[in-house]
Amino acid sequence: MKKYDAIVVGAGHNGLTSAAFLAKAGLRVLVLERNPYIGGAAVSRELHKGWTYSNCSYVCSLFRPEIYRSLALARHGLQVIPYGGGITFTRDGGYFGNYNDHEVKRREIARHSRRDADAYDRYEVDVMKQTRFIRPLLLRTPPDPASFRPRDVFELLYLLRKFHDLGERQMYDTLRFWTMSIGDFLDEYFESDVIKAHFAGSGIIGTALGVYSPGTAYVLLHHYMGDIDGSIGAWGFARGGMGAITRALGAALQSYGGEIRTDADVARISVREGRVAGVALRNGDEFEADVVVSNLDVKRTFLRLFDEGDLQPGFLSKVRNFKIRGSSGKLNIALDGLPSFPALPGGSPLMTGDMHFTDSLERMERAYDDWKNGCWSQDPYVDMLIPTQIDPTMAPPGKHYMTVFVQYAPPRLATGDWTDADRQAFGKTVIDQIGRYSPDFENLILHAEVRTPRELENEVGLTEGNIFQGELTMDQLLFNRPFPGYAQYRGPLKGMYMCGSSTHPGGGVMAAPGANAAREILRDLRRPNTVPGDAGDE
Amino acid sequence: MNSDRDVIVIGAGHNGLACAAYLARAGRKVLVVEAAAAVGGAAATAEFAPGYSVSACAHLCHQLNPRVIEELALVRHGLRWAATGLDTIALSATGRHLRIAAGGASVSGAGVSAGDTAALADFDARMKRFARLLVPLLDQRPPRLADSDWRDKLALARLGWSLRRMGRTDMQEFLRIAAINIHDVLEETFEHPLLKGAIGLDAVLGTHMGPRSPNTVLSYLYRLSGACTSRAVGIALPRGGMAAVSGALAGAAQAHGAEIRTGTRVARILVEHDRISGVELAGGEILRAGTVVSNADPRTTFFGLLGAGRLEAGFARYVKNIRMRGTAAKLHLALDRLPAFNGLEPASMGNRLLIAPTLSYVERAFDHAKYREYSPAPVMEIVIPTLNDSSLAPPGKHVLSAIVQYAPYDLRSGWEQAGEQYRDRLIDTLAQHAPDIRDCIIAAQVLTPVDIERRFGMTGGHWHHGELALDQFLMLRPAPGAAQYATPLPGLYLCGAGAHPGGGVMGSVGRNAAGAILSGAA
Amino acid sequence: MNTGHFRTPLLHTPFHTRLVAASTCNEWYAWKGYTAPARLTEVEFEYFAIRSSASIFDITPLTKYRIRGPDCIAYFNRLLTRDIVALAVGRVAYCLWCDDAGRLIDDGTLFRLAEQDYRLCSQERHYDWLRTSALGFDVSIEEETEHVAALALQGPTSCAVLKALGIGAIEMLKPFHLLNASLHGRDLMISRTGFTGDLGYELWMQPDTAGGLWDAVMEAGRNYAIMPIGSEALDMARIEAGFIQANVDFVPADQAVRPGRGRSPFELGLAGHVDFRKANFTGRRALLEEQRRGSRYQLVKLDIDGSTPAKDSFVYLRRRKVVGHVTSAVWSPTAKTNIALASLQTPYGTQGDDLWVEIYYKRELKWERKMARCRIVAETFYDPPRRRQTPAANY
Repeated sequence: MKKYDAIVVGAGHNGLTSAAFLAKAGLRVLVLERNPYIGGAAVSRELHKGWTYSNCSYVCSLFRPEIYRSLALARHGLQVIPYGGGITFTRDGGYFGNYNDHEVKRREIARHSRRDADAYDRYEVDVMKQTRFIRPLLLRTPPDPASFRPRDVFELLYLLRKFHDLGERQMYDTLRFWTMSIGDFLDEYFESDVIKAHFAGSGIIGTALGVYSPGTAYVLLHHYMGDIDGSIGAWGFARGGMGAITRALGAALQSYGGEIRTDADVARISVREGRVAGVALRNGDEFEADVVVSNLDVKRTFLRLFDEGDLQPGFLSKVRNFKIRGSSGKLNIALDGLPSFPALPGGSPLMTGDMHFTDSLERMERAYDDWKNGCWSQDPYVDMLIPTQIDPTMAPPGKHYMTVFVQYAPPRLATGDWTDADRQAFGKTVIDQIGRYSPDFENLILHAEVRTPRELENEVGLTEGNIFQGELTMDQLLFNRPFPGYAQYRGPLKGMYMCGSSTHPGGGVMAAPGANAAREILRDLRRPNTVPGDAGDE
Repeated sequence: MNSDRDVIVIGAGHNGLACAAYLARAGRKVLVVEAAAAVGGAAATAEFAPGYSVSACAHLCHQLNPRVIEELALVRHGLRWAATGLDTIALSATGRHLRIAAGGASVSGAGVSAGDTAALADFDARMKRFARLLVPLLDQRPPRLADSDWRDKLALARLGWSLRRMGRTDMQEFLRIAAINIHDVLEETFEHPLLKGAIGLDAVLGTHMGPRSPNTVLSYLYRLSGACTSRAVGIALPRGGMAAVSGALAGAAQAHGAEIRTGTRVARILVEHDRISGVELAGGEILRAGTVVSNADPRTTFFGLLGAGRLEAGFARYVKNIRMRGTAAKLHLALDRLPAFNGLEPASMGNRLLIAPTLSYVERAFDHAKYREYSPAPVMEIVIPTLNDSSLAPPGKHVLSAIVQYAPYDLRSGWEQAGEQYRDRLIDTLAQHAPDIRDCIIAAQVLTPVDIERRFGMTGGHWHHGELALDQFLMLRPAPGAAQYATPLPGLYLCGAGAHPGGGVMGSVGRNAAGAILSGAA
Repeated sequence: MNTGHFRTPLLHTPFHTRLVAASTCNEWYAWKGYTAPARLTEVEFEYFAIRSSASIFDITPLTKYRIRGPDCIAYFNRLLTRDIVALAVGRVAYCLWCDDAGRLIDDGTLFRLAEQDYRLCSQERHYDWLRTSALGFDVSIEEETEHVAALALQGPTSCAVLKALGIGAIEMLKPFHLLNASLHGRDLMISRTGFTGDLGYELWMQPDTAGGLWDAVMEAGRNYAIMPIGSEALDMARIEAGFIQANVDFVPADQAVRPGRGRSPFELGLAGHVDFRKANFTGRRALLEEQRRGSRYQLVKLDIDGSTPAKDSFVYLRRRKVVGHVTSAVWSPTAKTNIALASLQTPYGTQGDDLWVEIYYKRELKWERKMARCRIVAETFYDPPRRRQTPAANY
């Protein structure tokens, strides 16, 4: 039996990141992946000949530049290309375009509301203030406020000082922002329905909450706190699809001597004398290691890979109560050509941005009501892109690839589990919605992959199909993520660690949880740290 | 200042009266001016049909601050309980009710599992531990986060310390649970749908939230905070309705020398050289005082009485953004005889009756409010006070009072339109539980949030003078810059439910505000 | 508005074709959504047109709001730090507005056009704040940037140019006064205002008459050495005059993201424009408190040894301790002095402090660094009497 210094379960972007930093520190690292390919939810797959799909995650912004640089991902083939703008079509045949250029955006907002055009500047400043507060926390391990250890006290004081440095008014505004709903937050700035609806999307994507649920304003930050080349809030495509990120991470890992095994389905994490000892695969293979790091969400990790007797009942109830609700689905579509959107003037740069078809907060909230009632939204909120306009490598010349993120879709339907018929009907709901704004769209479809929370759970292993490996609500953020007392990447047993998006700072292709976990592991092993800290912003 | 009084309190609601009483007790010369003909504001008893009276807004007392009762000797001033320690009965249309005993720790009824019984005891104990953490916070001025004086620092330190003192497990659980929704907690804890529905309703009563809205644990803890002190009377009915509470408070205030003028509407608050100089009455009379305390809601106070133009623009924007969209209506029935509730013996009918059969029923009722519709299947908190207090109706007759949710203030179709139809809908809902109720009704009254706004001068018809949610709590209530009762205008203070800690017949706001005024320069 | 605006991210002012014709160097920049000239020919010549003859500069991109209504006076007195009760019809006032914390949002000029009719001009956009400040007042606010074209005609011969244009009695127009004239049957408003610290006027007109007016002014100015100029020359003049500019010498408080970045009027040397006798205006309480506690910074005028402008330099006390930084710097061709505006931390910045600036400059691709001694000066670097004289000098 082969012994490793550390075994990482799951080759998602966080698992690979964690593994790469451990290998960089000189550990013998093995990454085990159940699927025949690596990547988890950051994958590029060819399901239709000639097309590359970003099957799950589809755009990139949050990936920490410090990690990109420190693992030399560019040398391993990663390129992230920014794209511009976004659009929300309205039912009356018009649209709101969120142009990149500030002046054009301003004139566009003014087309809907003169007031909103100026209010937008205030909105941008206020969101930027929140972003600046949160960003430096991403590559830090949260303190345990219930602990008196010097490191926790120091870190808690750091947080309090950072908060206090905001100044009195900004402290109050920050408290409000963290506890408000995105709908109420936007109401304080804008009057136009379509503009509110456009910006509200960021507050609910991946979240099983509605635009009027308190706490959703914070979720907005998970779509604003990233950057591309210093341009905060900008989004981009990984050239060749999101799999390019995990391919580069995998290559970086291997360059440091780490090993990856695919088709290696971990059945069990073995425990000996109160500490982890290694893992056993479903095929019977066993590997030993003193350190096991799970990239899986906490429910999968602790409810499936452990014997129940190995864990304390109190801990298990925390795991069971962890909120991890699927709320979204995804369509990946191969297109014979570029669909037309008659509402848009020719040559509009908005074609390359995110497209949405929900023009009011009320429609968004009703879409959430459907989820609460156990069915997919009949009038879904969609985040749709055609990346091949910027990255032509993903489809044959002249052909296109469309990615459609859909919300809401519950993990289980009121009628029971998802069936193939449900899945088909779900796909049709989405295609019909897009078709209402693009008459030639349906005829251009060559192939479509429809993913409901069921597929996300079964293929990617995300419990309930939750893309963030757990809700991003106050009760599961910072020192509460995944649950109080376990926010420092250490599991309940010696040698057991967590590095997935279930941990701070949460979901999105950020790689911060993986990096933070590696830092804690290296600390416990008394190895030199290879994980970069926050680079700050000048 | 040339005047024979130190302080004018605008509005004789229960908080205004409490504030006046505390100020007068401390030797201040206080005048309370009230627009209505009687004191009480929303803590009033109103005759809605000849011979039939009912508590006009809140109809049960479960949060009245025991310190206020004691310090102001409310019993001496006439406060009597017609009943205390009422049980809560979660109604089932089929008659398989659940009874949650006074105190909230035990439950009985058809289909209650041993698991639920144990879970409730545990849940109730834990929630009360958390609520107890809030109690000292509710009884003091919320600390400022910067430029704070020693009292603020002490308050923050004390909060930090009491959090730590809870022990690791409780503290972690508290931090997790504070912003979570009640739905998840109840689903984690209980099985019985009626039990979950009843507790879920308690968490959302008086708010624009459903059980799935994050923050609803906080509103539940807030509610519990009244129940977790040793002196608590539980859910109680004041004899003679809510007017008994305000009457006793008024008595206390007057006993300490405060003057109360009813039927006296304040038109505006006067400012001279950027500080308060008094008030002008609707008739034009000017009353001078260096300190004016407003029991009115913050928007009425700042925009209506003071004038938004008197405020700095950034602060005015905060006030404008206070969320205060009322969602509760009131149903009053004069009954010829006691209706028969399915499966409920008459002896139990004097308790607190809830219509909230499941959590999703409550949630669905709420969904309509989001779209400015009233709930077609509403939730209700019902009392028949005449079973405990015969003074409210002619002999042998009864009144029924129900708080009904959700009824959004800004109903899309307009409340004028909805009137009759809405009342029928409410009576239909009652009739599902009490099939003969229609035959018992002599008179009926519905108070929509618009009526409540008009009658009690509460903007948006919001009972709490502003939504009680984390973003409008503590130092954020009603808005940064006015959360310590003092407002940006020297001499003007708030003492209504819009200020910390918020709504409910507690008297705490008035007490805290008086404390802030007495410790300040006023 | 059509939806093709993405094709023209920058708008053209009504003078654009004239500017293009006048431009020999094709140097443009974006000014609040408009294409504007950084310079048209050569900066030195453009600068001396301001100081020795007449210059015209397109100020159409200035943000302009029209505010009307019965509560205007009360509204402005809440918004602005100065008392405008005394501002008569036909007068203009320089004014400031702050947030609740007493930090400057912007400065601008307020024109009283009629009894209940005002125009507010500023560098930055403020519709959101103006509306917020209007809570509780009966006023209407309308942005009219696109509907009003404007030219700054500045320099010692500017009055003569207007006279040549046939504007009667222009020499009697006092500083901060305005008059309404008619030119070829079209309305024209002229105010004796400007950003150069010299004799000068600003002309306000309908966009459709703008081109014709430009031509007429240029024709009238032919014998007075008139010259169209770009922003660089203007910037030199405004630093000489000691005028501050938003996003150069201070960050507008509503745009500042980082805590503590905003500046109060006191910290910008504008105490004279704050009137505490007025009972109630946004920022009053904070400013009173600042007056009591003292300010954190002060803006000073520096006279720096040598001739290299101290752009973006740190200011040192006794060559060692950083006590502030330069916000604007230029070589003054008129004063023949190396001048700068600088923001210094309290308590530094009293006359006689041993202050130095560190200047980096490149000569033939080699970077040099030097410490240059500087002195705080109280008076404006260049302040010709003609700026204030009425009747205006007729050169």
